[in-house]
Amino acid sequence: MEHIDFSLVDWSRAQFALTAMYHWLFVPLTLGLSFIVAFMETLYVRTGNPEWKRITKFWMTIFGINFAIGVATGIILEFEFGTNWSNYSWFVGDIFGAPLAIEGIMAFFLESTFIAVMFFGWNKVSKKFHLLSTWLVAFGSNLSALWILVANAWMQNPVGMKFNPDTARNEMVNFWEVLFSPVAINKFLHTISSGYVLASVFVIGVSAWYLLKNREHLFAKRSIIVAAVFGLVTSLFVVLTGDGSARNMAQHQPMKFAAMENLYVGQQNAPLVAIGILKENVKEAAHKKQDFRFMIEIPNMLSYMAFLDPNAYVPGIQDLVHGNPEHQILSYKEKSEKGKIAITSLAEYKNAKKTGNDSLANAALVKFEENYKYFGYGYYEGRELHELVPSVPTTFYSFRVMVGLGFHFMLLFFVVLVLTLKDKIAKNKWVLYTALWSIPLAYIASELGWVVAEVGRQPWVIQDILPTIAAVSQLQPTSVQITFWMFFLIFTALLIAEIKIMTKQIKKGPGEDAPSNESASANN
Amino acid sequence: MIFRKIFSFYYTGFRSMTVGKNLWVIILIKLFVLFAILRLFFFHDFLNSKFTSENDKSNYVIEQLTK
Ligand code: HEM
Repeated sequence: MEHIDFSLVDWSRAQFALTAMYHWLFVPLTLGLSFIVAFMETLYVRTGNPEWKRITKFWMTIFGINFAIGVATGIILEFEFGTNWSNYSWFVGDIFGAPLAIEGIMAFFLESTFIAVMFFGWNKVSKKFHLLSTWLVAFGSNLSALWILVANAWMQNPVGMKFNPDTARNEMVNFWEVLFSPVAINKFLHTISSGYVLASVFVIGVSAWYLLKNREHLFAKRSIIVAAVFGLVTSLFVVLTGDGSARNMAQHQPMKFAAMENLYVGQQNAPLVAIGILKENVKEAAHKKQDFRFMIEIPNMLSYMAFLDPNAYVPGIQDLVHGNPEHQILSYKEKSEKGKIAITSLAEYKNAKKTGNDSLANAALVKFEENYKYFGYGYYEGRELHELVPSVPTTFYSFRVMVGLGFHFMLLFFVVLVLTLKDKIAKNKWVLYTALWSIPLAYIASELGWVVAEVGRQPWVIQDILPTIAAVSQLQPTSVQITFWMFFLIFTALLIAEIKIMTKQIKKGPGEDAPSNESASANN
Repeated sequence: MIFRKIFSFYYTGFRSMTVGKNLWVIILIKLFVLFAILRLFFFHDFLNSKFTSENDKSNYVIEQLTK
C-alpha cells in the first residue's frame, strides 16, 4: 500500500455508515412490533374480546407501514459490498453470499404468503390460522436478521474459516463455529432484543400520546400493558447480552474495549467509569490521551465485566500500541512487522507458483501461515500507529448513552406498568410526556449501539486481518461522493414518507371495527 | 379451484386496501430506483465489470492486497 487515497476510504466509509444507519431506522421496529402484535392477537384469540382485535389491527397497520417503507433498503448494503468493498467481498468468499440469498428467498415467500394472510386474511381464514401466520411473520422477520449479523460477528471475530492463498478467498472449515461463536450469539440476541425494547418504547410512546390527547383510553392502556411487560422482560435480555458482548469484546477486540472505556494505561482491579466527561490533552506524539474532567467510578468493575474476575488485568490503549511484555502483549510495531512478512510471503508464494518453483512456494506458504494472524497490521508498517486506535470519545460516549438509556427504558416500563395497573397513568402527564419523548431516544440508543460496535473496531473490516484501506475498491472518490448524496436523498425521502404516513395513521387512530366494514379496515 | 381461491384472496385483498395502496406505490418506486437506476447505472459489481474469470479476479485481489 504505497499510495492510499484517504478521501476514497473516507467517502466509502461515510457512504456505508449512512446507508447502514438509515437502514437501521426501519429494522428494529419491525423486529419488535411483529412480536408485540402477535401477543396482542393471541390475547384476542384467547379472550374473543373485540377490543383486542381492534388493538391488534391498529398496530398491525403501523407494522405494515414501517415494513413497506423499510423493506429492501438493506439490499443497498449488498450493492456496496460488491461495488465499493470488492476486495473485502472477494476475500470473505462465498460463505455469506449463498446463505444471504437463501434467507432472502425464504423471507420473500414468508412475506408474500403469511404477511398477506395477516393483512388480507381476517374473516377469510380461521382465527387460529391467522394467529399462526402472525407468529410466523414475527419469527420469520427476526430470523432474516440472523445471517447478516452472523456475518458481522465473523468480521469482528473471524473464526471457523480458512484463507486460501491460491484464490485469496476464505473457505468455511467449521459452519457451527461460525454460527455459534459467542460473538455471533450475543450479537444476534442483543440486536433483536434491543429491537424489542425499541418497539415497546414506541408502542408506549404512541399510546401515551393518545392519553395526552384524551383519546382511546382503553386501547392505550391495554397497549401499554402488553408493551411494558414485553419491554421489561426483553430489557433483561438486552442487559445480559450486552454484558456478554462487552466480555467478548475484551477478549477478541481489546483495543475497542480500551477505547470504549478510555483506558490508556492497563491495570489490575480496573474500575468502571459509570459517568465521565473526557478532557483532551496531547501527551504523546503518537496519539491523544484523554483524561477525565469528571467521573464517577465503580471499583474493580471493569476487570470483573471483562474477565469475571475483579483482580484481572485489563490492557490499556498504550499497552496495546507499545506492547507489554509482562502481560505477553506484542506491540503494534512488532505486529506490523509480522503482518508485513505475511503480505510479502503471500506475494512470493503467488510468484513462485506462477514460475512453477514449488519449494520456494512451500517456504513462502509456511512463512505466510505463521504470520497470517497479523496480516492486516502489515499495511501499517512504517505508518503512524495511531491510525490503529479508534476514536475514543465517540465510542466512550456512545456506549454510556446506550447503556444509560437502556436503564431509563427499564424504569419507564416499570413505572408505566404500575401506573396503568393502578389506573393512574392518564393523570400523570409528565410520565406520559417522558414516554412520548422516549421514542426518539430509543432510536438514538439503537443507532449508538452500532456506533460502538463499528466505530470501535476501526480500522478493521475483518479484525486484525483486513483494514479498510485494503478492503476498499479503487474507484474515483467523486463517484462515491455522488452515490453518497443520492442515497442521502433517497433515504431522506423514505424517512419523510415513513414519518408522514405513520403520523397520519396514528392521528386517525384505531377507528371502529364494526363487523360490516371489518374486512375493509383490516387492510388499512 | 385452489388457484382461483388464492387469486381472489390476493385480488380482493389488494382492492380493498386504503393505506396499503400508497405503500405499494412507495414500494414499487423504491424497487425501481434501486434496481433500474442504482444497480444498473451506479452499482456495478467492481470485479465482475473488470474480469470474467475467477482466476483473474483472485489474481487482481492478491495484487491489490500485496502491492
Ligand atoms: C443496558 C445495557 C446495555 C449494554 C451493557 C450494552 C452493551 C453493548 C455492547 C458492548 C455493544 C457492542 C458489541 C460489539 O461491539 O460487538 C452493543 C451494541 C449494540 N447495542 Fe447495546 N447495550 C445495552 C443496551 C442497549 C439498548 C437499550 C439498545 C437499544 C435499544 C442497544 C442496542 C445496541 C445495538 C443495536 C448494538 C449493535 C449490535 C451489536 O453489536 O450487538 N443496546 N451493546
